[in-house]
Amino acid sequence: MAEDETELSDQQKKGIAKWFLINAPAGEIQYVAKDLKSVLKDDDVYNEAAAVAFPIYNKSHLIYLKMPGGYGDVLVTSYGELQDNEYLDPKTAQVVIVDHVKQVCKRVRPATDEELPSPYIEEYRYALEAELLKYAAEAYPKGSCAVYCTNGKDVEGPGSDFEFVVVISAARNSPHNFCNGSWRAIWNIEFRDDIQVLELKGKCQVGAHYFEEGNVQLDAKRECRDSTMFQGPDDTATAVVHLIRRHENEYMASLEGSYFDLSDNTFKELRRKLPVTRTLFPWHNTLQFNLKREIAEELRIGELHDIRRA
Amino acid sequence: MEAAMGLMRRMPPRHSETTLSALLSLLPGHASDLLSQVDLPLQVLSDVDSGKKFILCEYNRDADSYRSPWSNKYHPPLDDAPYPSSKLRQMEIEANDIFTVYCEQYYEGGISSVYMWEDDNEGLVACFLVKKDGSKTGQGRRGYLEEGTWDAIHVIEVGPEEEITRYCLTSTVMLSLTTDDVSSGTFSLSGSIRRQMNMNLPVADGHLSNMGKMIEEMEAKLRNSLDQVYFGKTREMVCNLRPPNEVVQMRLPTS
Repeated sequence: MAEDETELSDQQKKGIAKWFLINAPAGEIQYVAKDLKSVLKDDDVYNEAAAVAFPIYNKSHLIYLKMPGGYGDVLVTSYGELQDNEYLDPKTAQVVIVDHVKQVCKRVRPATDEELPSPYIEEYRYALEAELLKYAAEAYPKGSCAVYCTNGKDVEGPGSDFEFVVVISAARNSPHNFCNGSWRAIWNIEFRDDIQVLELKGKCQVGAHYFEEGNVQLDAKRECRDSTMFQGPDDTATAVVHLIRRHENEYMASLEGSYFDLSDNTFKELRRKLPVTRTLFPWHNTLQFNLKREIAEELRIGELHDIRRA
Repeated sequence: MEAAMGLMRRMPPRHSETTLSALLSLLPGHASDLLSQVDLPLQVLSDVDSGKKFILCEYNRDADSYRSPWSNKYHPPLDDAPYPSSKLRQMEIEANDIFTVYCEQYYEGGISSVYMWEDDNEGLVACFLVKKDGSKTGQGRRGYLEEGTWDAIHVIEVGPEEEITRYCLTSTVMLSLTTDDVSSGTFSLSGSIRRQMNMNLPVADGHLSNMGKMIEEMEAKLRNSLDQVYFGKTREMVCNLRPPNEVVQMRLPTS
């Protein structure tokens, strides 16, 4: 065959590589990376693409990594990002330096005062996180969570607004069973000092992938809003987590409901289990008729008879 | 190639067209392998004579034209194109008629097409295709689905005619469905599976009857598998991520 005129430029190859990496399902980017390298056959292009794609993937999937020193997990999210590879762990007031492509923590250091919120803010943040950890330990057995102050972290006392983000991330990877999944929840909490109200905006995103001799993926998401009174740190924490728990319970129940409906109703929209006659299709009858379009009419009339008789 | 197929299995099924075109541009030398092993959602054209829709696939294509099972014409018109023999064409017409009725029964609508041609081993190959749009703006009767498609491709290789003839069926089903409402948000499942089935059946029962029964059995298996196994596994995964409410309630201290 003649030389391919449409040979891809490095730029194009990089774009394609980035697309594959960013769209990998939860927990599968390393497998996608391996296959991609085989197909791409160009390590330089791959490395450049990976350097850009991995941070995007890691942050959007809210991955959590083990911190060196046995401090537990740290979430990699845009809310805790101090610099390109540095992420704050508010729970332990430390900062991790991360290798995005290898998806590991390289080092950990204590956070500086400038990186942490003011004592006033920290009181609220800490109380909320403590309550959240209790909830998450029961609801998400293998997950991780954290509370970040995303606005107003230097506020000294009452009289100003500030904003927190609650991040919950749970992932289950069972590659040997060809099944992976993730649950991500992000709750934006606006503390409105002027009206003494907290406004919550929650977004839950659930994904699952089963691929034993096939490829089936679930992609579900839901947003909701709520509000509660602006109280002291402990009361606020209790109220907020109570709301989060309620909304997430409701969402779980509605997911169960969707699956339940699927078998009985929703799937029917695509294909019934059996025809309305509740019998298999009469293929053998067709041989008795001759080769004309009337075949279809005959069958339809015959079946209408059956329905009426039933 | 193995890596390419691995990528096909991992990328979201909704993006299968983008995935395939990315792979084709990265591996131009493997184009024919990729095109034969990867199935994409089916495309449709309208017959120039009757306006009836027919499904496009490799088996009714020659160059850039596609043969309609209704008028037997190539769209757009093509000189020197292959056609089934007149005997086979008769069987093809009958198959299309009967398969249309089968689809009405199971799919309550949808578009179907059957293509047949002689193969090199004195047998024949038949391809049965179905495309159903079950969304509420399409042919979904109950209005549950914001978006919903089912594409099925069944290719049967029929061995040379003997008293007991061999039938080899390879079936692929691709589906996607999305429900969307204010209280439960967006819920979307999509995927594809492919299976094979071989049977030795008496030719006296007739090719169409034999093939039809195999397809019906296969579709039931695939539908069931998707529903129970595949969707079921994703549901199991969700319950693993966040054990259902009753369990959580039991473990919570009074709060």
